[in-house]
Amino acid sequence: MSAPDDVQPPRVRRQPTRRNLELLLLVFAWGLGVLGILQVTWATGETAGDSLWITAAVVAALSLAMHVVVRWKARYADPVMLPVATLLTILGLVMIYRIDVAAASRAELNGNPPPTPDVYSQLTWFTVAVILFISVLVLLRDHRILQRYTYTFGLAGLILLVLPLAPVIGTTVNGATLWIRLGGFSFQPAELAKILLTVFFAGYLVEKRDSLALVRTKVVGIGLPRVKDLGPILIAWLVSLGVLIFETDLGTSLLFFGLFVTMLYIATQRRSWLILGGLLFAAGAVLAYYLFGHVRLRVTVWLDPWAYADDSGYQIVQSLFGLANGGILGAGLGQGFPNLVPFANTDFIVAALGEELGLTGLVAMLLLYAVLIERGLRTAVSVRDPFGQLLAAGLSITVALQVFVIIGGVTRLIPLTGLTTPFLSYGGSSLIANWIIVALLLRVSDRARRPEVMTPSPDDAVTQVVRRT
Amino acid sequence: MSELALTLVRLGFLTLLWVFVLATVLVLRRDLRQPADARPLGRERRAPKAARPPRPAKVAKQQKVKGSRLVVIEGPLKGTIIPLENMQVTIGRAPDSTLVIDDDYASSRHSRIYPSEGSWVVEDLGSTNGTWIDRTRITSPTVLPVGAPLRIGRTTLQIQK
Repeated sequence: MSAPDDVQPPRVRRQPTRRNLELLLLVFAWGLGVLGILQVTWATGETAGDSLWITAAVVAALSLAMHVVVRWKARYADPVMLPVATLLTILGLVMIYRIDVAAASRAELNGNPPPTPDVYSQLTWFTVAVILFISVLVLLRDHRILQRYTYTFGLAGLILLVLPLAPVIGTTVNGATLWIRLGGFSFQPAELAKILLTVFFAGYLVEKRDSLALVRTKVVGIGLPRVKDLGPILIAWLVSLGVLIFETDLGTSLLFFGLFVTMLYIATQRRSWLILGGLLFAAGAVLAYYLFGHVRLRVTVWLDPWAYADDSGYQIVQSLFGLANGGILGAGLGQGFPNLVPFANTDFIVAALGEELGLTGLVAMLLLYAVLIERGLRTAVSVRDPFGQLLAAGLSITVALQVFVIIGGVTRLIPLTGLTTPFLSYGGSSLIANWIIVALLLRVSDRARRPEVMTPSPDDAVTQVVRRT
Repeated sequence: MSELALTLVRLGFLTLLWVFVLATVLVLRRDLRQPADARPLGRERRAPKAARPPRPAKVAKQQKVKGSRLVVIEGPLKGTIIPLENMQVTIGRAPDSTLVIDDDYASSRHSRIYPSEGSWVVEDLGSTNGTWIDRTRITSPTVLPVGAPLRIGRTTLQIQK
């Protein structure tokens, strides 16, 4: 669309796209992955067979494909996010391969047949994730289109959230009902629901933030929102409690409530929402502690895992042993005992990485997450439309909360809750959901960093002005 | 593989991991040093940008248009000055307007002011409550003389020399 004649084209300053830098960092990340795999094979005496080289080649091809699509469809997007997320995924793949090797050698020791390696199915999931990443960037030309479907997304998100409770397809694994099983495939719908609900929260808050922020009644010095405006936060609270009660999924319920409260705070810039959210969270936590055995158990084990080291605390105690064995510099890839922790490649992959890479490696990984989240929040600050701001902030906060909750749990900072570690953990739903998040963030950041030429909003056609002569 | 070689590889891997982290952080630092106006600004930071004095050299080069700045003389944004640089100015509640007015009586895209044949012309963009020059509601693009009060919602603006 061209600007009207009487309007001078605004001064366009060349904004460096930094795509080459992105490519360089991607190659670097890939190289690190190959070095990691080689290190595992050297240390364990495994032979680096053809399948490993094929894996490395596939990862290279997938990363390159993503890079090319970003170059083509989101030229001005942030150059750091893609390589950082790729490196985290690659580190996850290396660690899953390493745990496969350990499991195989253990099975051999016990005379059992070797278990099927997980790394190849994780690679398949990564392929699916990359395909979805590419489709999001290609099909979604402007993130503001999502705003039109705010309530559709909200409804879909809620349905996905309660889907595991549905009779035939819902499945309970290890006490938590958060899976659905469809023809041999199992999927965690909550992972997708968190993206849909973030879109919904963003759209909803853009619409309602004025009334949520401005109208207040003063109670003991703090301006509290009207009772009528409290509705949404109460609904979010009840839904989170519902997830906790019926699906016994502590992590997801924490994630949703935390996400909603933070987004409310960002949208309205009122601290009273944080106070209210904190109070509701405390009330919910106390209630859950007294009402539900599994919550009480988590807290007891958190306070004193050594007393339960042989049963319910086994996992966390083994994880702490692993981290201690790793120390500052780590045991080295292939030289620790990460498979002693149950679920080493899903919930406890951070413990496994911490053992083999040490505190140094773990801090580097945390910094990678920090960089990713910072880029997301930075995007939120610099994009101009309020929906994009809230969307980018919300998506970054989902990742941040998830990293905090799971790594805090594994390192015994907070009670352990079952959440996956973004990008690292073995598991398709989580990997796919997090790559979609990266795609959406790149889409918004492309808009935010694009040099300002007339960028009309998609709903703008009405105000097109034809010059009269 | 000897013990020594394995240790070297182990430390090498950690070092490279950190090199990667530092490389990304360096990119972030370079990003921070970029000129502030190279990227679009949020709505809160818009006012100070608009308040920059116009560049006289630039104005002189182009066709001379009467009036060099648009000043808000009444309303919540009283005192805001927008330099006019031979480019159109849009006014409304939409966050991408040149002058964003947060006013229940203004429409998202309320009106625009553009230079034409040596003077500034104001045009209503189909607003609900209308654009007024002094006490007259305008119905078609109208020349806005220097000093005349332009009313949009509860805001009054004026073009000054």
